Amino acid sequence: MAYTPEQLQVMDSMIKRYPRSRSAIMPLLHYVQSIAGYVTNEGIELIAKLLTLETAEVSAVATFYTQYKRKPVGEYHVGVCTNTLCAVMGGDAIFAALKDHLGVENDGVTADGKVSLEHIECNAACDYAPVVMANWEFYDNQDVSSAKELVDSMRKGTPKPPTRGPNSLVTWKEASAVLAGINDGKAGEGLQAGGPTLLGLNLSKEGK
Amino acid sequence: MTKLAPVLSAHWDEKDSFTIEAYTRHGGYKASAKALAMDPDAVIQLVKDSGLRGRGGAGFPTGMKWGFIPQGDEKDHYLVVNADESEPGTCKDTPLLMANPHVLIEGCIIACHAIRAKHAFIYIRGEVTHVVRRVNQAIEDAYKAGHLGKGIDVVLHVGAGAYICGEETALLDSLEGFRGQPRLRPPFPAIAGLYARPTVVNNVESIASVPAIIANGAEWYQGMGTEKSKGTTLYSLSGHVNNPGQFEAPLGITLREILDLAGGVRTGHKLKFWTPGGSSTPLFTDEHLDVPLDYEGVSAAGSMLGTKALQIFDETTCVVRAVLRWTEFYKHESCGKCTPCREGTWWLVQILRDLENGVGTEADLAKLLDLCDNIMGRSFCALGDGATSPITSSIKYFRGEYLAHLTNGGCPFDPVKSTLFSGVNA
Repeated sequence: MAYTPEQLQVMDSMIKRYPRSRSAIMPLLHYVQSIAGYVTNEGIELIAKLLTLETAEVSAVATFYTQYKRKPVGEYHVGVCTNTLCAVMGGDAIFAALKDHLGVENDGVTADGKVSLEHIECNAACDYAPVVMANWEFYDNQDVSSAKELVDSMRKGTPKPPTRGPNSLVTWKEASAVLAGINDGKAGEGLQAGGPTLLGLNLSKEGK
Repeated sequence: MTKLAPVLSAHWDEKDSFTIEAYTRHGGYKASAKALAMDPDAVIQLVKDSGLRGRGGAGFPTGMKWGFIPQGDEKDHYLVVNADESEPGTCKDTPLLMANPHVLIEGCIIACHAIRAKHAFIYIRGEVTHVVRRVNQAIEDAYKAGHLGKGIDVVLHVGAGAYICGEETALLDSLEGFRGQPRLRPPFPAIAGLYARPTVVNNVESIASVPAIIANGAEWYQGMGTEKSKGTTLYSLSGHVNNPGQFEAPLGITLREILDLAGGVRTGHKLKFWTPGGSSTPLFTDEHLDVPLDYEGVSAAGSMLGTKALQIFDETTCVVRAVLRWTEFYKHESCGKCTPCREGTWWLVQILRDLENGVGTEADLAKLLDLCDNIMGRSFCALGDGATSPITSSIKYFRGEYLAHLTNGGCPFDPVKSTLFSGVNA
């Protein structure tokens, strides 16, 4: 796949953010992932060329970090937290139910290409456990039935919105562009804070 | 009874709290204007006097860290903010940045001025798309408003899923474009950090605490907290409690007090074990409800304040299952650089799996402790040390429960009972 002049210009601006060009390797990997849906060999070759590195040096970085995928994932990539706290509170049951419901194993993609499933580590939302992420947006306080409804909505092409995130769920490619540092204009959407985030503040206002 | 003291969280309940308008409405960017008019050394002294200590886990005095940066050396200096919040149980920086990213940016401006840096990098974990949006927008708006771009630049750098990058030297390697693996120290980052230049690496909450200290003074901050642990901080309560959430309180509040505020352990159940500061801090039990949650109090009781991530588990939870899962996490996240951690965590998982499945022997407990002894203090970085904490502390307090797995021929607990939806739709 050839990259357009516009895309090459975006990549050039990413490199210019840093005092030393090699630092741009991570945003560039997020960016090539946003174009193809995963980190392709072409993407790695291009980044190597742009940063004057060997392809092996770029591959070494791409394979170290779990968010960079070396094969296609679903349009909606679902992560179920199965680190201890979420697992105990229901994450294990949710993950088992989703594998069964979608007919995929860990890291699997549904045949229609809509949903992929992965068990993930702690995602810094423990006060909203059990937590499910989709394209790295928060779906808080999930249970088995709400998680099944969520993936069903994705397969129908009308995904439910995140609980703390933009008004609608963006695709995997669109989310990858945000992680590459591209402003999609949605920062103002959604809650500033969920209930648990505000619990202490609200109690303090009651004089506690 | 310790009273809550929202400072960082004071305006999170306003719908637009994350915007520059809301931040400015509450006096935002006045502290940075005040600091920029001060001599940099005076800013460092003020932060030293406030008693602020690092909120990322280690508790090192923030002002002292800034003071280690060599001055007048003609080299570029850097500020790097560690927003790679990934320690299991830790969930304070993420809601802070979602609700008020500007306080971090203002803190960056003040810190850069103090350490004579022109560049700050915010290294945020990649698994939080909406938080990335908010911080990115805040940086753009701070440039438009002229707070950035006049001698101080802030760059947002998004990680890609590696717990080890929360370790400051691994973070620096990652930011330089390499695999995130820790560096040998010395030299410390203050001498040779990012691009081998003098660098301060601070946690989000530490830097976000600075604007209020500049605005209100060191004495005001010193007036909160305990003798050696000053100020307020975010305590994150999660797990088997009726009302989990964030509680900003003076350092030294106890779990008993926080549980009272949160409506207690989930109704009909009782506290079994908890972490004071994430999974890398040794477990506590119901014996520790009155331990003051400050750096000294938690340390004296045999654990660490860490990130103040209070994960609560009730009597339905199997401690062996909990510890096995954390250990699988450390094995997965071990970067592979050093042998004790890479090989040690792999063996810890094998042995713990056998124990959880009831096919181990009592000798395996001694083997686990022996392995921990060979990892602790012998690993390249704190990941290996952290991996041993839940194991050694759980064997100390719950040896009988490990043995019960052996006599029972498997786990004696029903995992459904520990879920939140037990009896509903599990």
